Amino acid sequence: MRVAVITFPGSNCDYDLYKAAQQVEASPEFIWHRERGLDGYDAVLLPGGFSYGDYLRAGAIARMSPIMEDVVAFAERGGPVLGICNGFQILCEAGLLPGALMRNNVLKFASKDVFLGVERTDTPFTTAYAKDQVLRIPIAHGEGNYEADRETLERIEGQGQVVFRYVTSEGARTDIANPNGSWHDIAGLTNSAGNVLGMMPHPERAMEELLGSTDGTGVFTSLVASLSAAVS
Amino acid sequence: MVDPREGDPEITAELVADHGLSEDEYEQIKRIMGRTPTFTELGVFSAMWSEHCGYKNSRPLLSLLPTQAPWVIQGPGENAGVIDVGEGYALAFKIESHNHPSAVEPYQGAATGVGGILRDIFTMGARPVAILDSLRFGDLDTGRVKYLFSGVVSGVGDYGNCMGVPNIGGEVVFDRGYEGNPIVNAMCLGLMKHEDLITASASGDGNPLMAVGARTGRDGIHGATFASEELSEDSDESSRPRVQVGDPFTEKLLLEASLALIASGAISGIQDMGAAGITSSASEMAGRGGSGVEIDMALVPVREPNMTPYEILLSESQERMLVVAEKGKESEVVRILEKWELEAKVIGRVTSDGRFRVLEGGRTVADIPALPLTEECPTYEREGVEGEDIIALREMDLSEHLIPRGDLTKSFLMLLGSPNVASKQWVYHQYDTTVRTSTVVRPGAASGVIRIRGTNRAVAATTDCNGRFVYLEPRTGALGAMAEAARNLVCVGATPTAITNNLNFGNPLKPHIYYQFREAVGGMSDACEMFETPVTGGNVSFYNETDGAAIYPTPVIGMVGVIEDVSKITAQAFQNEGDDIVLLGANTAEMGGSEYLYVTADLVAGAPPAVDLLGERALQHCVLALIHDRLLSSAHDCSEGGLACAIAESALGNGEAPFGADVTIKDDLAPVAALFAESQGRVVISCDPSRTGEVLRIAERHDVPALKIGNVGPQGGAFRITLHEGSVECGVDEAASVYFGAIPAIMNGPTASET
Repeated sequence: MRVAVITFPGSNCDYDLYKAAQQVEASPEFIWHRERGLDGYDAVLLPGGFSYGDYLRAGAIARMSPIMEDVVAFAERGGPVLGICNGFQILCEAGLLPGALMRNNVLKFASKDVFLGVERTDTPFTTAYAKDQVLRIPIAHGEGNYEADRETLERIEGQGQVVFRYVTSEGARTDIANPNGSWHDIAGLTNSAGNVLGMMPHPERAMEELLGSTDGTGVFTSLVASLSAAVS
Repeated sequence: MVDPREGDPEITAELVADHGLSEDEYEQIKRIMGRTPTFTELGVFSAMWSEHCGYKNSRPLLSLLPTQAPWVIQGPGENAGVIDVGEGYALAFKIESHNHPSAVEPYQGAATGVGGILRDIFTMGARPVAILDSLRFGDLDTGRVKYLFSGVVSGVGDYGNCMGVPNIGGEVVFDRGYEGNPIVNAMCLGLMKHEDLITASASGDGNPLMAVGARTGRDGIHGATFASEELSEDSDESSRPRVQVGDPFTEKLLLEASLALIASGAISGIQDMGAAGITSSASEMAGRGGSGVEIDMALVPVREPNMTPYEILLSESQERMLVVAEKGKESEVVRILEKWELEAKVIGRVTSDGRFRVLEGGRTVADIPALPLTEECPTYEREGVEGEDIIALREMDLSEHLIPRGDLTKSFLMLLGSPNVASKQWVYHQYDTTVRTSTVVRPGAASGVIRIRGTNRAVAATTDCNGRFVYLEPRTGALGAMAEAARNLVCVGATPTAITNNLNFGNPLKPHIYYQFREAVGGMSDACEMFETPVTGGNVSFYNETDGAAIYPTPVIGMVGVIEDVSKITAQAFQNEGDDIVLLGANTAEMGGSEYLYVTADLVAGAPPAVDLLGERALQHCVLALIHDRLLSSAHDCSEGGLACAIAESALGNGEAPFGADVTIKDDLAPVAALFAESQGRVVISCDPSRTGEVLRIAERHDVPALKIGNVGPQGGAFRITLHEGSVECGVDEAASVYFGAIPAIMNGPTASET
């Protein structure tokens, strides 16, 4: 299997994402934003960071990079695509996911561990988790406040597109558990086809006991399992 | 012979003075030049011979600091110091200040301070892996201080976050001693393999000099000179043009491009353009290489029209590097920079004539002998006399303050909720602390820790200084800063290895300030010898005064240590209900300079707690031995707020699940002293009761006083410290609410919820 880690000028979590994929033996490769063609890749990962310095809007310029045309085509063919933090923002800007990420309601950058409730275990990135499992994952973002108009939100909820929600360590939904004001406490969601996942928290930073949590490993082991299953 | 440039002002005594040069210095310049300098040449000298670049008033004393050890790869003199950390890895590290710009424009001042120190690290060939920030402001009860505090934290955060370098620690201090002059010191750590190290010297006659990165504009001109002056009422708006403006996105690209350049073999030297921009980078490179440089201003990429050579030379536009390419490899350099969408332009060349020569098109506008420019900057040893008022303050009788003001529990909570002691989560929750997936210990602990991937090792770092202690007795205060830093490192299991330092002082021309500086450097030096932590570099920031009032003398120690086994890294917070709590070290009644005194009596007085260097070293070795044998659940040193606050912080942890505690202090001391004195040489540890005997035995072997003082209680339980007279008693959740709520309540106001 081969997994593409797309790097834009200003991406700074690309190395972490590459290491995460390597840890689960997913054979990652860096793809610079100006390269073209994703043939032969089995999954596409968009890392966090400040692509283009977050100029204009986070992800607004990156989504116009040459490689994004290939990412969109890959997604439309049903290939698994994961966007983390800035990667999530880029996917929304590119129209691969509904809604938008706005400035945190606390108006400050938020960097700490949060708890996520798992709501979908049938996406390529979440088969290793159990429904309602609570994960401890770090966040680090200034624009993580997920918003969509009411109609879109109804559709998202109606179709069960929400994959992760901010919860307490006990799995309960409260304002205190939500670090950025995201509507419906949405921390991550898929497109209607279920092959594109965007999430604000950083699972690649929760893969070692030494660093505080291994709850993020499931995102990557799920991917490897899904890709292996697809082949066999 | 260089003709004056058309349009340049005439050289007058007043112009020379405006450039921050004394009459004697000007005479020396004329001697070096053999004639009157041109306006451009005057600008060059004024920058290079400013306090900030020339270290005029500090160099003689700094030369007394210990700088050598077998593990030091690069000592003072380069952009950053470098030490060996084992298994072929080297750590580059340094601390720097950006005080004056932050007073005028806190966001950009702090941001560009971080930008500058990052460049100092990656210009050595090391990838930046961690940032620490040491910040000081006036009391957190005015709009102005909240504005400065908020702006600085945003600036530090935004720049570091965008660069993708985690913040792993630091300090924030609030005291009226820093009212007009905030202190913003930023430290950076970088990792590399030994063979990646590159220096910043210009050598190889004919090698091209290339300007790389952002274009040059008019921002920050005379930033170095500005940093070398006191602030006054007029400093606000008029100083704003001297504050540099940062762009972390460009710097991120520059970082990647620079590391790629260094790895490519296409360059022989690289230097960042920091204070005094092209001037300092080019002349320092020439000075180090023993050669000369020739630069043509017409070739420098500029972003504003009609810039004069003077402006281009002194601009402090950010995110620029000066590169010495190998002859013939210019296009390779351009290619590498182009991938990162940055410019690279040949602007001159290395020569062998030992001159720093500047052209404007075909014409020479400056021609200075390179070595004298950097080496013959005059240095001064000033008169140092202790201020009479300080002696009186130090000798003040504090016994009336040992009488408790009502309830001890109330005093304890007041201290716990004072901004100096209270949790700084409000700050570091704005800093990305986990990017690069190598942060083993995040802010809020004794020291920050970064693991070295591919090994079992880690490096730890801390920044420490109690300015009040240094103010009350400079030598003791400096010893105390070193002792505290070393305790903080050993508490996570790191062996103190080396230091960088940021010396923040007032006007050194004033005898009582020079006295503070001289004594502080002396104390620091002695502690470096005793702890075997050589100085590898640092920064001096003088003239931190407003309207004649100086800050407390504040020598910030940035100490780094090595951890050989990551599995032994020890937490600061209690881990298990029922664990024994043991105090290493002895309690005293030394209330001088304590936070208790400040908060209850608005007083900074008394003698600062004494430092016993031999005792501190024994304590360090003891803690490391205990950690080596895996005997400890937690370790936390005592500092602001004394023993009571150290125990409280161990109990509270990061607030997720605070533990109760039941402690008895049997010392025959006034209760206020036992609880809140900030005596040196103490560490509070917790351990499984079955190991306490072994802990006490090891302490005895090291000649360190040790006593079990209590037990860790249940989560959410009671927090109790019993003395022979009186007690502190509250629910730990109440303590948590005070400790974690203090700064958010002040900064967010009554309407906001706490994050």
